[in-house]
Amino acid sequence: MEFLQPDNLREAFEMRASHPGAAPICGGTDIMVELNFDHRRPEYVLDLTRVPELAEWSRENGGFRVGAGVSYTRIIEELGESLPGLAMASRTVGSPQIRNRGTVGGNLGTASPAGDGLPPLYASDAEVEVASLEGTRRIPVAEFITGPKRNALGDGELITAFHIPEADGPQQYSKIGTRNAMVIAVCAFGLALHPEKGKVGACIGSAAPTPVRTKEAEEFIEGVISESDLWQTRREISGSALRRFGDMVEMSAKPISDVRGTAAYRTRAVGVLARRTLSWAWDEYRGGSR
Amino acid sequence: MKSESAPTRERPIIPASNPGRIGESRPRADGVPKVKGEFEYSSDLWMDGMLWGATLRSPHPHANIWSIDATEAEGMPGVHAVLTHEDVPGRKVYGMEVPDQPVLAWEHVRYEGEPIAIVAADHPETARRALEKIAVDYEVLDPVTDPEEALKEDTPKLHLSGNVLKEVHIKHGDVNATAEVVVSGEYEIGMQDQAFLGPESGMAVPDGRGGVDLYISTQWLHIDRDQIAESLDLPPEDVRLTLSGVGGAFGGREDLSMQLHSCMLALDTGRPVKMMYNREESFYGHVHRHPCKMEYEHGADKEGNLVYVNARLVFDGGAYASSSNAVCLNAGTFACGPYNVPNAKIDSFMLYTNNPPCGAMRGFGAVQVCFAHETQMDKLAKELGMNPLELRIKNAMKPGDKFPFGQTVPEPAPVAEILERVKNMPMPEEEEIMGRDLRRLPGGVSNVTHGEGVKRGVGYAVGYKNIGFSAGFDDYSTASITLSVEDGEPLIRVHTAAAEVGQGGITLQAQISRTELGVEKVAVLPADTRIGSAGSTSASRQSYVTGGAVKMACEAVKEKVFEKVREEFGENGELSMEDGGVSAGDRRIVSLADLLDGDEIEETVVYRHKPTYPLDENGQGDAHFQFAFAAHRAVVEVDEELGLVRVVEIATAQDVGKVMNPQSLEGQIQGGVAQGLGLALLEEIQMKDGKVQNASFTDYLLPTIFDMPPVRMEVLELADPDAPYGLKGVGEPPTISSTPAIVAALRDATGRELNRVPVKPERLAGIEEEPVRRAPQPGSCGPVAERSES
Repeated sequence: MEFLQPDNLREAFEMRASHPGAAPICGGTDIMVELNFDHRRPEYVLDLTRVPELAEWSRENGGFRVGAGVSYTRIIEELGESLPGLAMASRTVGSPQIRNRGTVGGNLGTASPAGDGLPPLYASDAEVEVASLEGTRRIPVAEFITGPKRNALGDGELITAFHIPEADGPQQYSKIGTRNAMVIAVCAFGLALHPEKGKVGACIGSAAPTPVRTKEAEEFIEGVISESDLWQTRREISGSALRRFGDMVEMSAKPISDVRGTAAYRTRAVGVLARRTLSWAWDEYRGGSR
Repeated sequence: MKSESAPTRERPIIPASNPGRIGESRPRADGVPKVKGEFEYSSDLWMDGMLWGATLRSPHPHANIWSIDATEAEGMPGVHAVLTHEDVPGRKVYGMEVPDQPVLAWEHVRYEGEPIAIVAADHPETARRALEKIAVDYEVLDPVTDPEEALKEDTPKLHLSGNVLKEVHIKHGDVNATAEVVVSGEYEIGMQDQAFLGPESGMAVPDGRGGVDLYISTQWLHIDRDQIAESLDLPPEDVRLTLSGVGGAFGGREDLSMQLHSCMLALDTGRPVKMMYNREESFYGHVHRHPCKMEYEHGADKEGNLVYVNARLVFDGGAYASSSNAVCLNAGTFACGPYNVPNAKIDSFMLYTNNPPCGAMRGFGAVQVCFAHETQMDKLAKELGMNPLELRIKNAMKPGDKFPFGQTVPEPAPVAEILERVKNMPMPEEEEIMGRDLRRLPGGVSNVTHGEGVKRGVGYAVGYKNIGFSAGFDDYSTASITLSVEDGEPLIRVHTAAAEVGQGGITLQAQISRTELGVEKVAVLPADTRIGSAGSTSASRQSYVTGGAVKMACEAVKEKVFEKVREEFGENGELSMEDGGVSAGDRRIVSLADLLDGDEIEETVVYRHKPTYPLDENGQGDAHFQFAFAAHRAVVEVDEELGLVRVVEIATAQDVGKVMNPQSLEGQIQGGVAQGLGLALLEEIQMKDGKVQNASFTDYLLPTIFDMPPVRMEVLELADPDAPYGLKGVGEPPTISSTPAIVAALRDATGRELNRVPVKPERLAGIEEEPVRRAPQPGSCGPVAERSES
């Protein structure tokens, strides 16, 4: 196994182009496990930790461009105010050591349905920026992730950043694991309210082959809210509407049973998380803190 | 390709410490280095020129082997040896109780992960790749994975002796007794792993004269040595073992893992050979706690006095015997719990299956039955309309009662007292549920509840267990004490073969020596086979047995010192050793520096506790020599909808006879509770058709610091008149009843029957079936809340 260590993005693209099988590594929290367990033997490893461009984030109109190599710890500390949903998800990732190493870019690269960073990206309609010597393209996250552990990254391309709008309303993230920290999601749920647009974004994690947006549930609750003018009046959403929202989220789940949990549990649990996170986000909205 | 002999590693010089006396808190010498990453574990062993060993394991739980072809692997550059069963020089099987486990499999494999061939290469990756080049022709057979199935007549026999490895039948009083109030239940316990953090590892170094030195992490050097010598066909003195840094054990290092394999490779290649399992391989490399199914019936009169207990226990022993016989016996003897039970009929079965071999783990048979008998006691209390704690206190065994196995309950047996203690300990304060820090809610930082659906519950349990090896086993330890003067100061050197596996045994040996001989400086030499056996570091026995041996050796040294004083100073009165010298009353006679004058005094002794006896055909006999008791109270909070749990607090009372080192004791209690909590909520090796489904710490979940609650403890010091300092073993009791206490609290919170551990969220939330998916109806947006903003 050869270790490639570019010093800048241009060099990284060149190495990626000349070594098509090279495995990009940044935090290494997925790849090192695969190597240690001998599940994968890449001929080349492309170390991106010394590429400064990947570890930067910046403001852009109405949102952020966050480099693929920005760690979860930095997202929590530096972007927690502006991207609360993603920061909440980041706090549930592994241990402090893992959060210091791991990156959202890695979540996108691995494309596991259990990636903690993914549901907030879906709920906020984030876009993934991929680039190569040929140029740069931006892909909506839901199109970028194409299946379990599959994504739309082309030969010669690297994930360079994601673009995400700044929170324009309350956001929530909730994850179930069988222990109370350092656990892979049994299932998860991300939610973002967009009061200005009259929209609700929501996404299930780890209960289908990919993270899934819950379109019908979103439209249902948007209907409930607008029908009774709740965006303006900020009155309570009824318990029955919250429950229906949960039930409809359950309908979008297509989980499997595995060692971490049964399909039945995952289905029911995402419904509970949907109901609870919506009530928390709505309470926050009613409190008018945003 | 055999080369010249490699030099044996130098014996490390152990710095003398000032350990303090017994009863004082002293930090362990290995504590700070472990935290800083400076401790040398067996996985850190290194020698110039060493080779790396690797093991080819069966992917099938049950198969015939028609051929093994290692030609291609042998020809790979960097590969120095490929060995199979044909290369085992001596006995081709091993085992502590029954030698039924192949060193390397031939003809059959009986569990997934069974070793078939071993490789030595100059790089671990080369060794690993060579394994892939070994061609094994298997005929895959259906595995026998259910012990009840294994018990049936027409099930294929996995061993020539049949599928029943051991049965114990205990008949006590009237086995046909009847009672006014009867409760029954079926209980099940999953396969727990010891999950020690330092995987199996060690290094074998050939001595160039046909013998071998092995540096190894183990629980019992001498039983390893004897099994290795037998299979290498060497006299025991040609197999020398030295304990290396052990990263935890909990029973999982009693059996051989890579010991014999590394020695075979070292002797074959003439080079030092290191072997080190990774975490995944470790799951296949050691035995686990026995899964068990238990059927119970308890009978009582209307006042709540127990009349009888009937129990049928079926243990899954897995593919090979390990220490299953003793587990089967232990479980049988402790099946009724620490209660005065006038009549009992206990049938305990241990079966061979094609699951992983199961063996020793902290609690050793008492854990399984404690979950069942304590659940039964709660059920009985409910049936009688009694407080479950009062029912237990009412039936608590007392000294002079008879155990179901016929032995008389010895002093002290403070069962009612420890139950009273946990009853009277203050309850944790109930914090307002809304607005809490997430870390103090079920689900923790994962943000699943802000208080919704959270219910609190309280549960109690009490358990007991034997200390040490039982049923006629010659359970001894050996200790050597050398008293000398170095640089003008007296120094004690302690030597035993007792394995320090993290329990604090080294510190304890030093504290005992310092206390007995009044000498401040003590050096504890590395444990090795240069001295006689100390027995196993298991069964909570080393403080008692090796502690007893060290004390006895000190007393022998002291007697020598006194003889010398009597000879040289004509003293006839009572003498004592204190402050590095000898005194008569308050009068100092001589310092040890002057008395010894450059000489050393050395004494080696063998210490035995009082004998035990096997059970007769009715399961009766004085099988055990000491019993330890602990009680637990658990307070939990459960998210009813999601089945997630926060254990709020564990309170415990335990009789330890004598507190030898308060800090070590607290560590044992905390750690034991954590392991009991793991079994209650998280820890299970999940099996499917004989295959392990979760051989990693990603999916075999251990409690983290966020899962582990504060432990409120009360420690009783009721001296055992037979034991050194009156002490009782302390390692296992914290694990035994913490599990059922937590599950009782979960039942209290949810009202659910929870008859299996670990309790999974699915069960706790009552989500067994896929929910009916309700499609939304047109126009059914649901009513908007009537209330306006408040």
